[in-house]
Order: sequence, then C-alpha cells, then structure tokens
Amino acid sequence: MVLTVRAFRCWLTVYRRIWRSSIWSSILGPIFYLGAMGFGLGSLVDKHGTAALGGVPYLAFLAPAILASSAMTTGLDESTFPVYGSIKWNKIYIGAQASPLRPSDIYRGHLLFMVMRITLSALIFVVIMSAFGAPRSLWVILALPCAVLTGVAFAAPIAAWAITLKNEMPFNVVYRFGMIPLMLFSGTFFPLSQLPAWLRPLAYATPLWHGVALCRSLSLGRPDVLGDLGHVLYLAVLAGAGIWAGARTYTRRLYV
Amino acid sequence: MSETEVLVRARGLVKQFGSFTAVKGIDFELYRGEAFGFLGPNGAGKSSTMRMIGCVSPPSGGELRILGQDPVKDGSAIRARLGVVPQDDTLDVELTVRENLLVYGRYFGLPRKLIRERTDQLLEFVQLTDRAKDKVEPLSGGMKRRLTIARSLINDPDILILDEPTTGLDPQARHVVWDRLFRLKQRGVTLILTTHYMDEAEQLCDRLVVMDHGTFAAEGSPRELIDQYCSPEVLELRFDPQVHDATAEKLKEITAERAEVLADRILLYVEDGDRALAEVRDRGFEPLTSLVRRGTLEDVFLHLTGRRLAD
Repeated sequence: MVLTVRAFRCWLTVYRRIWRSSIWSSILGPIFYLGAMGFGLGSLVDKHGTAALGGVPYLAFLAPAILASSAMTTGLDESTFPVYGSIKWNKIYIGAQASPLRPSDIYRGHLLFMVMRITLSALIFVVIMSAFGAPRSLWVILALPCAVLTGVAFAAPIAAWAITLKNEMPFNVVYRFGMIPLMLFSGTFFPLSQLPAWLRPLAYATPLWHGVALCRSLSLGRPDVLGDLGHVLYLAVLAGAGIWAGARTYTRRLYV
Repeated sequence: MSETEVLVRARGLVKQFGSFTAVKGIDFELYRGEAFGFLGPNGAGKSSTMRMIGCVSPPSGGELRILGQDPVKDGSAIRARLGVVPQDDTLDVELTVRENLLVYGRYFGLPRKLIRERTDQLLEFVQLTDRAKDKVEPLSGGMKRRLTIARSLINDPDILILDEPTTGLDPQARHVVWDRLFRLKQRGVTLILTTHYMDEAEQLCDRLVVMDHGTFAAEGSPRELIDQYCSPEVLELRFDPQVHDATAEKLKEITAERAEVLADRILLYVEDGDRALAEVRDRGFEPLTSLVRRGTLEDVFLHLTGRRLAD
C-alpha cells in the first residue's frame, strides 16, 4: 500500500504541470454538452411530450447519463495512451521499475491517479448539472461515487490490457467501435425502449448502460434498491476483475 | 567493511526467452568497491544479465544472490539499495531537472528534505547545478546521461548498475561521464557496467568478463586479458591489394607469433613491433604503410568474439 501511494505521488507531480488545462476542459465540456443537448435539443424533445423519458424534462433525463458516460470517457482517456506511453514513450514505468516499486504497485499507483482524475471531473460535472437544475433529488450526491465506479470499471481492465500492447493501433478500435457505440446505444440520449427489442439485451449487457441506469435513477430521485445494487455489483465485478488482472499483466510485461 | 565482501554471487545463472537461451549458465562474484565490466557484442547476454542483477528479470535457472538476498523474493528490498542507469534514458522530459530527482527520490520513500539536500550535491557532482530549474527536454544527450547518473545515486546505492553508459554520446560528453564515474569509483561506489567500448572498459574496470553467446569467453583484469590473449605489440601492415593475399600467406609462415588477415590489412601479434617490421623488410616485403602499436583490449575482444557482425 505504501508503495502504491509512492507510485501515485509521481503522477501527482506530473499532473501539477497540466492540471489547469485539464480542469478547464472538465468545466467547459459539461457546459457545452448540457447547453447544446439539454437545452437546445431538449426544448424540441420536451415539446413532443416526455412520457417515454418517465415524464421528466429531457435535460433531467440526459444529464446523469452524460455524467456516467463522461466518467467512462475519462477512464478510457487515462487508461489507454498514458499507460502505453509510460512503457513506450516517456518510459515512466521503466524508470519506476528500477526503484523498490513492484509492477503491481506501479499499476495500482497509476490506477489511483485515474480514480482521482475521474472523481475530479465527475465532481465538476455534478456541480455543473446541479447549476443547470438537472437533478430532481438530493440522491444525486450518490450518483457521484456511482459515476466514479463506472469510470473505474472501464479504466482498471483497459489499463490491464493496454500494458500488453505492442503498438497503439488497437486504441483506435476501442474508441471507434467501443466507446462511441456505447455512448449512442446505452440509453444515454434516448431510453432503451426506443431500440428494437432484439437489440435491447445487448445494451443491457454493456457496462455503460449499468452506469447510466444507476446515475439516472439516483439523479431523478427514483432509486430502485435491488436494481441499483445489481448495477453496482456488475460494475464492481468488472473493476475488481481489472484490478486482479492488472497486477498480473503488468508483472508479465515489466519482469521479462 | 572487508576487502572481499561479496555483493553479488551467481552460480550457473541462466536466462531463457522461450526457446532462446540468452545467458547460458555463468558464474561470477562481485566484490564491494570494485568496478566490474561486462563486455561483449550485441546479443551476447550482457543486458539480460544486468536486468537479472537489477531484479527486474527473474532468472530461468541457477543461483543468484544480491546483497545476500534473493532477487525474486526480495526484489523490492534489493532494488532499494541499487542505482540503475538504463541503456535508454527514462527521464521525464517534461519535468524539470530537479523534479526528476524529486519524483525518483519519492519512489524510494525518501523525505523531501533529504531529497533536496542530495539533489543539490548530486547536481553539483554531475555539473548540472545551473540547469536545475530547466526542463529536461532541451538538454543535450550528455547532460541527460549525467542527469540519469545523478538520479540513480539519489538513494545512495550500494551498487551502481550502468548499461552502456556512454553509448550514443560524442567524445567530449563521454569523457565527462568517464571522469564522473571514475570519481565515484574512487569514493568507493561499486560499479557494474556493460559496454562495447574497449577504451571505456580499460579506463574504468578493475575486472571484466568478455561475454559471447551467453557465456564468458574470458575474464580477468584488462592487463591480464591483454597479456593472455594478445601480445605486447601489434604490427599492422597494408599491401597492394594485388599481392595482399599472397603476401599474407607467406607472412603467416615466417612469423612465429599469431597473424590475422583482414580484408585490407595484415595484423601481426608480436613481442617487438619494430623488430618484426625490420624482419618483414629483410625478407623482401615492402608494405605500403605500416603501424606499430601496443596490444589493446580491442584486440582481445576481436580475437575472442570474432569479427563477424552480431546482428
């Protein structure tokens, strides 16, 4: 644990250099998104009745879903190129490896940093969506840790996989054929009831849908205890499997 | 601290990558305070051996003890007492010189105050004090190397491991690095280094091994190796290409010592170069050019590992 914290602190030093720009994009991103989609598109949607959305304004429906999906995006951004680069480009891992840190410490320390980044941007998002008046309930406070869990459910396994790569091309596949379809078809922008019936089970199986459903139920103040626990369990298993695998893939890659 | 305290001991050490055996059962001992060199062509198994000593590569067979501990079980504790200068710089080029040492010192769990003090001393030592606040990116190759050396000393290591410390540097920069390493040696720091520069090995190493195909082709001090595998002097002769081959054949017959025929030159390994040259002329051979020089480690190296290209 001590060693994990030492590895984490290295990332803090690195982050000190770029935190200003990263905070700005964490602030402006949600404002643009909620402004354009929530108000712009939302005013059109709301005119045609929102029964399919559960009778709430489009903004209230959309904001918690964007919270979950941007946690996913942050998780992916932090666990793909930065992990690969730490062994191929700036070689942070190779430098760290010669110190008392073990590969599992290097992995967990970096993951801890990813958790911090996801938490920071999710926190900013919750504040901004509250300023927009999107949450319907104080339960939204619980949506914050749930969004973080969603991000980690992506970051932990993706980082464990990214370390094994010999070139960075597969990341493009993750973004184009993973992230974008997940964003589009996980009930983010429209309820899954709008999808053809045969497609719905596929959407239910994706991790983002669980994150979206979880954050939405809390933000709308309609927690469904059993269902939400199921979502948490699903995401926790994914994160746990990633953490288990990461210690092993890092060791295999760094101790050759 | 006794003269013969063993810091690293290897017995039948083996490293395999799949079906390829990079290190084929080597034995060696490293004593406190000495500078020990691994020489060899690319692919000889030097870096694999270094990585095993650095506890970042588990041995495939044999026995390895470092500072009295097992590198697989106690890797973290051993690494806390090692300094490593890897073949490629692993500095964070977007951080400043000072921040690089800070980050690294923190890996070892050193308190900030101690890191600050050591950073001042180390930057002074590698002559980078006036660049302390600069980013690493624009530094020259030689400066980056010196910074990497400073960084490797942040934990005041018992053993400093250097993998090709001056590869890729220009002659001036190499001499500065050698000078610093020589000073470290004088201070009693134990050095292990790999190199394929013979002058580097001759200048820095008390003892060295020549590695080839994963085994030791020879070991000893630079002087011992030259005495054993070379001659005091080498006579280099160049003949007209037309008669080169024929002359080489005849010279081989008449010289008592070893001769080596290269594409453009003939090397005669002799006791006394001038006398040998006189003898060659007496026998009626007139070389286009001739050069008498001392036998060097490079002659030993080429003799032991051959002149073929490794890769």
